Amino acid sequence: MKNAIVSVVGQDKVGIIAAVSALLSQYEVNILDIRQTVMEEYFTMMMQVDLSGMNTNLTAFKDALRALGEAQGLSIGVYDEGLFNAMHRV
Amino acid sequence: MISQHEVFDTLRMIQEEKLDIRTITMGITLTECIHEDPQEVARRVYDRICQKAGRLVQVGKEIEAEYGIPIVHKRISVTPISVIGAASGEAGCLAIAKAMDRAAKEVGVNFIGGYSALEYKGIARGDRAVIITIPEALDVPDMVCSSVNVGTTRAGINMDAVAAMGRVIVETAQRTADRDGLGAAKLVVFANAVEDNPFMAGAFHGWGEADCAINVGVSGPGVVKCALEQVKGQPFDEVAETIKRTAFRITRVGQLVAREASRRLEVPFGIVDLSLAPTPAVGDSVADILTEMGLETVGGPGTTAALALLNDAVKKGGVMASSHVGGLSGAFIPVSEDAGMIDAARAGVLTLEKLEAMTAVCSVGLDMIAVPGDTPPETISAIIADEAAIGVINGKTTAVRIIPAPGKKVGDEVSFGGLLGEAPVMRVNPVPCGAFIARGGRIPAPIHSMRN
Repeated sequence: MKNAIVSVVGQDKVGIIAAVSALLSQYEVNILDIRQTVMEEYFTMMMQVDLSGMNTNLTAFKDALRALGEAQGLSIGVYDEGLFNAMHRV
Repeated sequence: MISQHEVFDTLRMIQEEKLDIRTITMGITLTECIHEDPQEVARRVYDRICQKAGRLVQVGKEIEAEYGIPIVHKRISVTPISVIGAASGEAGCLAIAKAMDRAAKEVGVNFIGGYSALEYKGIARGDRAVIITIPEALDVPDMVCSSVNVGTTRAGINMDAVAAMGRVIVETAQRTADRDGLGAAKLVVFANAVEDNPFMAGAFHGWGEADCAINVGVSGPGVVKCALEQVKGQPFDEVAETIKRTAFRITRVGQLVAREASRRLEVPFGIVDLSLAPTPAVGDSVADILTEMGLETVGGPGTTAALALLNDAVKKGGVMASSHVGGLSGAFIPVSEDAGMIDAARAGVLTLEKLEAMTAVCSVGLDMIAVPGDTPPETISAIIADEAAIGVINGKTTAVRIIPAPGKKVGDEVSFGGLLGEAPVMRVNPVPCGAFIARGGRIPAPIHSMRN
């Protein structure tokens, strides 16, 4: 897997983007694009990231994001970008 | 770049609407295992399955982790054992069933299909060996699934095979009486069986297939139901369009997973099966799609029309999304595996007769239906004959998976556990069928012109 989508959903508060970005940086995962909105105090973000330079394996990376999500009260997922391309692009 | 809306649209389907890949099924040819010694053929079958499918479960889990899409089952289908076991007779067939069971457990799949016989025209030695041993093969070896094809549009219906299967189903259920007749839930009687079906219990790896192939079955009744909630009260044109769009997306995920599994396992991609396969979980029901269309309860007037629209729209939407579509491809209507169907059957609205009508317009047939344990074998044979006739005349696949639940009466409940679900025992028409089934012989193939 090279490009992935990281989805982050939860109650809005200060420092969500900082916390997620810091973790991506720690694993040498490069951010290619960020889309983020807040609707009625509900924070949603998707990041397009490049996993080709990642310094760990996918399972460890997903576990770290999940742990961060639990600590911050957020739901964080990682998905191969191919899934979304398959569903939404002909 | 994918938009935020599209990402969360997909995640909603997976997390809330139960979108999943129902099964990655590896088809494996076993013809090179044939040997006249029962133990030798069994050893070869075990070795070959373990060798070919050793990485199947691991690869399935990898794809699941990377794409974030649940892959519910990893399964195996094999060449019909009537061919593989013909040289070694009944002892060989049973030894093979046990070898299939051990191999399935070794590689970690949860079902293995192909304890099958194709006897739509005549019953050969191997076919006979398989049918005689089905009750035993579906009892102790708990991973094995069986199917028998008793009719085709080109050959007609083999009524000797139909008569035999009524007896086999009753015996299979009785052998597993302590589990509500579970054995019969793993036995399908087909007309026009397909050779690349990835769904159990009817999967087998047909003659025309490669050494090994990856077939993928998608699912997603919940996704279709939720999509239809957005077009409440609108005309059927809009309903059909919505189902097509949704089926397209679901199937694209199936195609993606099939391609990845094929590449990683270095096994050719066979087909994507477009079926909408329900589970007993709430929100994963085909019946709920039909009620969303406006039916008060599944089984009432209008049900056949609603199901016909659904089945057709799923195919139209799915066909463009995959390079090769095959298998059963349509909507499944198993009673015990669909919460909405279970409710309708309990309420007495959904009857065996209405289900038979529904099978004329959808994929497969009378599926996972519990009937009283004292239902005569001839009556079950006659039900099979009716269902086969619908398939043979209309050039479609039909099937019967019926469970005469030992010791149970109409209104009692059976429970098979897990995805096989639970169901009320349904009423069967009590008119005797003995003289009709006793005739035997063959019902000739239908004429293909003058279609009225």
